[in-house]
Amino acid sequence: MAGGAVTIDLELGDLGLDEGAQLLIKRALASASEVRVRGTSPTLAVDLPAWCRARGHVFRDGVIARGAADRTPGAERAGSIERAVDDPPARWGLAARGALVEAGAPELELALSHKADVWADEAARLYAQAAAAQWDPATAVPWDAPVTHPPEVEDAIVQIMTYLIENETAALLVPVRFLGKLHPHFREVMQLLAIQAADEARHIEVFTRRAKLRRDELGLSTAGGQTSLATLFDEPDFAVASFLLAVLGEGSFLALLWFIRDHAPDVCTREVARLAAQDEARHVAFGLAHLARHAALDPGLLDRLAAAIERRHAALAHTSGLNELVFDALALLAAGSWGPADLRRGHAAVVALAAEMDAGRRARLARLGFAPDAAERLSSLHTRNFM
Amino acid sequence: MRELMLGAVAYDAKVVPIWDGFRAWFSKRGLPFDYMLFTSYERQVDAHLRGDLDVAWNSPLAWLQAAALAAKHGRTARAIAMRDTDRDLASVILVRADSPIHALGDLRNKRVGVGAGDSPQATLIPLGALAEADVVVEPVRHDVLVGKHGDHIGGERIAVKALLAGEVDAACIIDGNRLAFANDGTLPAGATRVLHHTGAYDHCNMTVLDNAPAEPIAKLTELLLGMDYADPEVRPLLDMEGLIRWLPGRTSGYALLERAVKRFGTIDAWLAAR
Repeated sequence: MAGGAVTIDLELGDLGLDEGAQLLIKRALASASEVRVRGTSPTLAVDLPAWCRARGHVFRDGVIARGAADRTPGAERAGSIERAVDDPPARWGLAARGALVEAGAPELELALSHKADVWADEAARLYAQAAAAQWDPATAVPWDAPVTHPPEVEDAIVQIMTYLIENETAALLVPVRFLGKLHPHFREVMQLLAIQAADEARHIEVFTRRAKLRRDELGLSTAGGQTSLATLFDEPDFAVASFLLAVLGEGSFLALLWFIRDHAPDVCTREVARLAAQDEARHVAFGLAHLARHAALDPGLLDRLAAAIERRHAALAHTSGLNELVFDALALLAAGSWGPADLRRGHAAVVALAAEMDAGRRARLARLGFAPDAAERLSSLHTRNFM
Repeated sequence: MRELMLGAVAYDAKVVPIWDGFRAWFSKRGLPFDYMLFTSYERQVDAHLRGDLDVAWNSPLAWLQAAALAAKHGRTARAIAMRDTDRDLASVILVRADSPIHALGDLRNKRVGVGAGDSPQATLIPLGALAEADVVVEPVRHDVLVGKHGDHIGGERIAVKALLAGEVDAACIIDGNRLAFANDGTLPAGATRVLHHTGAYDHCNMTVLDNAPAEPIAKLTELLLGMDYADPEVRPLLDMEGLIRWLPGRTSGYALLERAVKRFGTIDAWLAAR
């Protein structure tokens, strides 16, 4: 025995190193510097020297002397499980928050690695809410409910669904593009963005399914609508994209979904709108929460956000705004018939919807810290496409 | 100090990051260092004797080739370093668990799956052991990347698969690959028996010739032996190269291979042509 070395005996029985015996050996080596191994596995005499050699242990006369191979020098904790640090280093990579990270791991390109840019204390709570509120499209919507409204109203619903699907596609893809750049250390934000994407996937499913209930084809996707969404899709700044999509776009969309919930003639359409609105409210809440926190830490943020609205407004100035078919479809949906009195009511409801959207945007802009006159002006510049 | 040039054989794509990593690590510690890659150990030994290289990272067969070629030209070769994992290896001859073969002699005239023709561990040493026991067999070679001296384990894996498929009666592999193949599912537990376990032998070494530049070689040896697995900068390189620490070179572990190479005349024509 070497000076100070502790030797213990390990009996492997007939368990071979190709059957898990290495676990017993490692366990023994964790508690003693030398382990005398006995066993009856027919390949033990071949496997033991080879196993020891590859791990830096010395094997002689049936005794393993523990080698010095240790992966932990230089390792560091990736923060703590519960609390995210302000600037997690790229070398923590994909490691779980709080894990002991071996030194020398590759550094990932993670553009969103500052807590100030992405964090909201509400993220964990919103994620938990979202996880608990996931609904099954197959059973949550009464797909067999009767449809008794006129065919033209059904056409209007299909046009609205067509519009909703393309907007929800943007709402899925825009956060996902940032999700891939987010430092996984911000676990709660990562989880929340992921479940938001799952929400949007379900919305796309139920809107598609609703459109197919009575029709084989979808409605029109306009160049103007897609141009508006493309300005979101191409936005490289997380705060700006989040502002345009969640605070302004999805915020306006909330009012739209409530409108459909309240005015749709059939229970199925009302229900898909109600379920989607529930989810969208969380998305808006997260956008507001992390931008409010970000704005408190970065006084220049509000100016950047305001400039982004103006830039987007200028970029979309040449487009036709809201798909007229969608506007008409919403009016007909609210009217429920071609009767002049009904149409007047439906038209008035859509005008009121636009006013409600504007009021909602101004309220959310104010929550972020914009003065009332700035909020009013910026809200008026928001895309006429709603999203 | 003048730049030291090392030769290595490109048996795998990871050879580039390994030596790039070592190069950067050496340079930071005052040893100007670069490397050349070769497609075969034979080309590397030629380049070494020609003076293109100061040090060659040689397989055991390449060590014998370098030593023999040096001697032919009145020169000497020595080993300055080797991995801890290069010492005291063994090869095994496997048979199927239900095989009627229970002794080396039972393999007489049987088909024995081996690795590449120039693999010390999977071909030359085990076939040498059979020959020394006067057992004449029919070797079935699995020539993967000839010239790489069996550094690529593909040939051994094919030999084991051939054994399990009943295409050969025995298969020869290095001891560590028995465990590796068991753990990756190539070799189901209990499917084979170890018929023979060869004597111990050494594997690769860092070879220098008698005219190697003393100061940079001394520096290289000092740096290699000083590499610490606890150093996170060097640990990934050691992991890729398959060692925990470098040890001083020794040439006492090549006797088994030397006997086999002499018996089979493995390098005779190669040496005669130089």
